[in-house]
Amino acid sequence: MTLLFAITIGVLFACGIYLVFRRSLVRLIIGLSLLTYAANLMIFTSGNLLRRGTPIAGETPPEAMSDPLPQALILTAIVISFGVTAFTLALGYRASQAVGGDDLDAMQTTDREEMK
Amino acid sequence: MTPLIIFPFLIPLITGFSALLKRRGRRRVAFSIGVTANLIAAVVIMASTYDGTILISQMGDHPMPFGISLVIDSLSAIMLLLTAVIAFLVGIFAMATIDANRERFAFFPLFAFLVAGLNFAFLTGDLFSLYVAFEIMLMSSFVMLTLGGERGQLEGGIKYVTINLISSTIFVVAAGLTYAVAGTLNMAHLAIRFSQLADPGVTLVLAGMFLIAFGIKAAIFPLFFWLPASYHTPPIAVTALFGGLLTKVGIYAMWRVLILILPAATAILQPLLITVSIFTMIVGVLGAVAQMDVRRLLSFHVISQIGYLLMSLAIGTTDALSAGIFFMAHVILAKTALFLISGIVHELEGSYHLKHLGSVAKRHPGAAVMFFIAALALAGIPPFSGFWAKFLLLRAGIEAQQYLLVGVGLAVSLLTLYSMIKIWNEVFWKPNTYTPSADEQPTPLTRIERRAMIGAAAVMVVLVFALGIAPESMISLSNRAAAELFPNGLGHSGYVDAVVAASAEIGGLSE
Repeated sequence: MTLLFAITIGVLFACGIYLVFRRSLVRLIIGLSLLTYAANLMIFTSGNLLRRGTPIAGETPPEAMSDPLPQALILTAIVISFGVTAFTLALGYRASQAVGGDDLDAMQTTDREEMK
Repeated sequence: MTPLIIFPFLIPLITGFSALLKRRGRRRVAFSIGVTANLIAAVVIMASTYDGTILISQMGDHPMPFGISLVIDSLSAIMLLLTAVIAFLVGIFAMATIDANRERFAFFPLFAFLVAGLNFAFLTGDLFSLYVAFEIMLMSSFVMLTLGGERGQLEGGIKYVTINLISSTIFVVAAGLTYAVAGTLNMAHLAIRFSQLADPGVTLVLAGMFLIAFGIKAAIFPLFFWLPASYHTPPIAVTALFGGLLTKVGIYAMWRVLILILPAATAILQPLLITVSIFTMIVGVLGAVAQMDVRRLLSFHVISQIGYLLMSLAIGTTDALSAGIFFMAHVILAKTALFLISGIVHELEGSYHLKHLGSVAKRHPGAAVMFFIAALALAGIPPFSGFWAKFLLLRAGIEAQQYLLVGVGLAVSLLTLYSMIKIWNEVFWKPNTYTPSADEQPTPLTRIERRAMIGAAAVMVVLVFALGIAPESMISLSNRAAAELFPNGLGHSGYVDAVVAASAEIGGLSE
């Protein structure tokens, strides 16, 4: 199970980084969301991957409980990444309108001196 | 348990929602009341921690590590006060200069949410809440940066958003791994747990990840390229707010995490920190020297100053940390002042470009005096604040026998002075021979707007000046802040002991 998780996380990170390095804006955004998925899975492994009891006092003895915190953390991270992805999509749409294409190499005017 | 502690987060949050009001007048009144209340709260907090008390509140009255700790030690109080001052003055400046279109699209609520995120980052004693605070702050900054939708803003925005999302991903992974290793996310508890940990290897990995995550946000070498690509694109009030505060939060987080929680690993990373600090200072200032746009020039100086702040971490003594905290106060004030003054010049003369400006000193001597003070303060000329900041930092460096760092710090000061003189010559002294084009006309401002804009910058400059003339209380404050943060024995520091004691009162720390 741990090995499966490790491989999945690794593949997700690799794909995310590969896509972020592409010139296309759409791929960049997809790459960023893959990175956040990988991060969420990674937090998931910080709990215990074994099957444990529900973490409710009185129902499960404390030593058999699973750790609820990583899931709470992931939930927070998912909500945040949802908002951020929505924003990057809107930003990407506006930028591709302003630049006239989704080529990231065309988006370098702010680094040039002639800009006022 | 004191309700006071939550106000710096609550006030900007409420301000943000009430600044969504539809009518311009009401919106502005709500925002003004909000930033004023935030300033008052920060002053009250500073007054109640001035005698050395550390304010602690456990959320839901659960002892740590189960409840999230909110902690205001001296460092937090200093940062809260600085943020409140900047928010207040830049808020006034923004009300005078921001265009109606941006204001209609929720500029002031975003401003308030940004402050809420910043304040929450300074309040929290929990690693994951720090991540959430960063996200609140970043989300508002993303929108503020791109608000208006000019081409440059969108291009700069994409770089800024991408790199910051990657940094957040690294941060959240590091936080998850920290939890996996230590089984807690409370900073004080982490400091105790990590001091008991036998294997230093894993803490080294964590420290490296935190260094990269916060390093991207702080714009250290070689992770700074997003900053000069984006910071000059939004209106100057936004640039002033970002340049003054946002990168500094990265350094604040480094101090908190690397010094408080992972001191052993940070000691191993020292050669790396020294190298990075040196290159950040040099590359930043060399980049600045080459620029012809005032905003880009000042943006590169932001990077160079981050190098000095990182130097406090690289030297790694209590004295250096204390000097770093003083430097933080100085650089936040001086940098914001410089951005605001360049904004004033733009509003009055219609340009940011050095070649398109000239003889401003003759036409607006007040602006020239303000720039002169702020620029000399940044370069570190006595009796201004930068002199004390650099003096303390370099003295700490010499005492720790880091002569290379000290030498570079001095040389970079000289180059800073050089590029400030360049602005002075080009903008304020040289006769203006350039005929402005149609889009370089000064903005028509009403008399009140003009006064508000100049008044905000003037107060900022007065603060810079005051910090230079009377640095004693700030120095003793930063000494205490450093002493509270710095570990005094394995798993002990003023901060940790205070949090543990506060938890013991409401039920104790159960292992």
